[in-house]
Amino acid sequence: MKTHDTIPVTTSVVQSDMDVSMGKNEGDLPGDFAIWIFIFAEMLAFGVLFVAYAFSRAKNVELFNVSQLTLSRTSGAINTLVLITSSYFVVRGVAAIKRGFSTQCAYWLTGAFLLGGVFVSIKLVEFNAKFDAGITMSTNDFYMFYLSLTFFHFMHVLMGMVILACIIVKARHGGYSAQDHAGVETGASFWHMVDFLWIILFPLVYIIR
Amino acid sequence: MKYTSQAVAKPYFIAAIALFLGQILFGLIMGLQYVVGDFLFPAIPFNVARMVHTNLLIVWLLFGFMGASYYLIPEESETELFSPKLAILTFWIFLVAGAATILGYLLVPYAALAKMTGNDLLNTMGREFLEQPLPTKVGIVLVALSWLFNIVMTVLKGRKTTISLVLSLGMLGLAAFFLFSFYNPVNLVKDKFYWWWVVHLWVEGVWELILGALLAFVLIKVTGVDREVIEKWLYVIITMTLVTGIIGTGHHYYWIGTPAYWQWWGSIFSALEPIPFFMMTVFAFNMVNKRRREHPNKAAVLWALGTSVMAFLGAGLWGFLHTLAPVNYYAHGTQLTAAHGHLAFYGAYALVVLTIISYAMPILRGRAANPERAQIMEMWSFWLMTISMFFIALFLTGAGIVQIWLQRISAAPLSFMAVQDQISIFYWAREGAGLVFLIGLVLYICSFFVKGQSHAFE
Repeated sequence: MKTHDTIPVTTSVVQSDMDVSMGKNEGDLPGDFAIWIFIFAEMLAFGVLFVAYAFSRAKNVELFNVSQLTLSRTSGAINTLVLITSSYFVVRGVAAIKRGFSTQCAYWLTGAFLLGGVFVSIKLVEFNAKFDAGITMSTNDFYMFYLSLTFFHFMHVLMGMVILACIIVKARHGGYSAQDHAGVETGASFWHMVDFLWIILFPLVYIIR
Repeated sequence: MKYTSQAVAKPYFIAAIALFLGQILFGLIMGLQYVVGDFLFPAIPFNVARMVHTNLLIVWLLFGFMGASYYLIPEESETELFSPKLAILTFWIFLVAGAATILGYLLVPYAALAKMTGNDLLNTMGREFLEQPLPTKVGIVLVALSWLFNIVMTVLKGRKTTISLVLSLGMLGLAAFFLFSFYNPVNLVKDKFYWWWVVHLWVEGVWELILGALLAFVLIKVTGVDREVIEKWLYVIITMTLVTGIIGTGHHYYWIGTPAYWQWWGSIFSALEPIPFFMMTVFAFNMVNKRRREHPNKAAVLWALGTSVMAFLGAGLWGFLHTLAPVNYYAHGTQLTAAHGHLAFYGAYALVVLTIISYAMPILRGRAANPERAQIMEMWSFWLMTISMFFIALFLTGAGIVQIWLQRISAAPLSFMAVQDQISIFYWAREGAGLVFLIGLVLYICSFFVKGQSHAFE
């Protein structure tokens, strides 16, 4: 029986050296294949929530439209720009490590991490305003969906920031190279998913009437 | 057996099988009471038989989990168990306490048992599945802590693997969530809310970690596939399990007085609960197909594959059947739930314990695998039990659908008991399937005594 003495840690999501294990070949999805299973599962979960929102709205268009006007589109729009910019930083980070520039990669990712922090702060102000107005998940179906969807997404941003932080630390210690950087791609894939979900979520919940 | 202390697993496995037999006998008694109401009355009333049936299930599975961890943790950690003596002591305490509790159920009226055991001190009894008297509940906590302590100490002094990490997390969760059985608020909504933290978060949360770890261990051993591959699958599966299972608790919060958003949260997240089970099926078959060795214990491979398939059917598919709020509005608390309960518990937990017993017991008895004849008998018992349990689930599903129709949908709904009369044919069929299950179980036990040329270690 072949055994190994390395200690797998819970951040294996960002570990990269096991790609062969799940049948990864050149030209496959970037990063670790396991992250794509998560991404597909996450998209499925959010997809179901989006569809549920649509059906629920169709039954009560007026209520949804009226409640929607109470949301701050400006914060939503700023947050959209913030996330898209952070995704661009992540792209630059991946490009940097592909050329073997660990420090540059860490800088770009730190930029993305900080923008994640901006998103979280703006979102917290928004949540706070709603809670101050006495709005809860039980207020009506629209707010139930608004709070659920944005809260789940919010948690994913936090999760993405944790992943980015792990990669930044590892990159600073020279843990990645031009040849071996699947861990960066894995984290980048997750971050792009978080961004992508928001790009659907924002127009769906804040704008479409 | 690589480490002598692994031998403490043996009494746990034997006790598990003995209690399993007890569980099935009481199941058959209850099954008959569904159609012959006064069978064994007043000696064993239905409610008592039900309590014994469900409590024995939990206890034998716990024995199985404990035995399994005492077996696999030394091997994973590459060191002897921290304290084999403590493991044996825990075994006897748990067995005696378990037996005393069951005898208490059978010999003393439940109200008197509550009085005798200090229920007025801290009122925890009288709730489904958590019927245990206070001393038993305290005992369960102590046994779980001793088990956790022994395992964690062993892991800490030896090699740390993903399997032992996941198993320890599962055990920690098991011990932690059981504490909610001591919380019994007067408010019925709160009572039920936290009651599910034991019941649901055990079987659709932390127990699945134990299930995943045990299955992964056996698959590494019998297929010889690289540990990294199996461990990565394990991570993906348990993450999905927790993501869907924790908020999936909401599927119990539809109609108990909790806020309405649970109908959405519960429906959506629990609808995704079959995914990790499906992944487990793919994983198990994938690993066996990629095997690098032909393990002589063919029976263990069969049990392992069976676990992955039946867990998906019982927990995943049958759970999904009635998990969406609009469906559950009609299906709640009918025989459909019983169908799901039977197939899920058998498919996920009974089978995984039998898998590890099938793999470990021959080794504990000094051979790599049992003689061919014993294995063939074991495989027969697998098929008999699995197919009959599948039929039990089908018959109960039939009963459930007719029940929902007659009692809740038809233009002239019948009363509960009138409907029970109408569906008795399903109950008879279920009892028949139950008898076949018993035959399978007896055959399984007999397979331990078959003599012949056994497989030596390579």
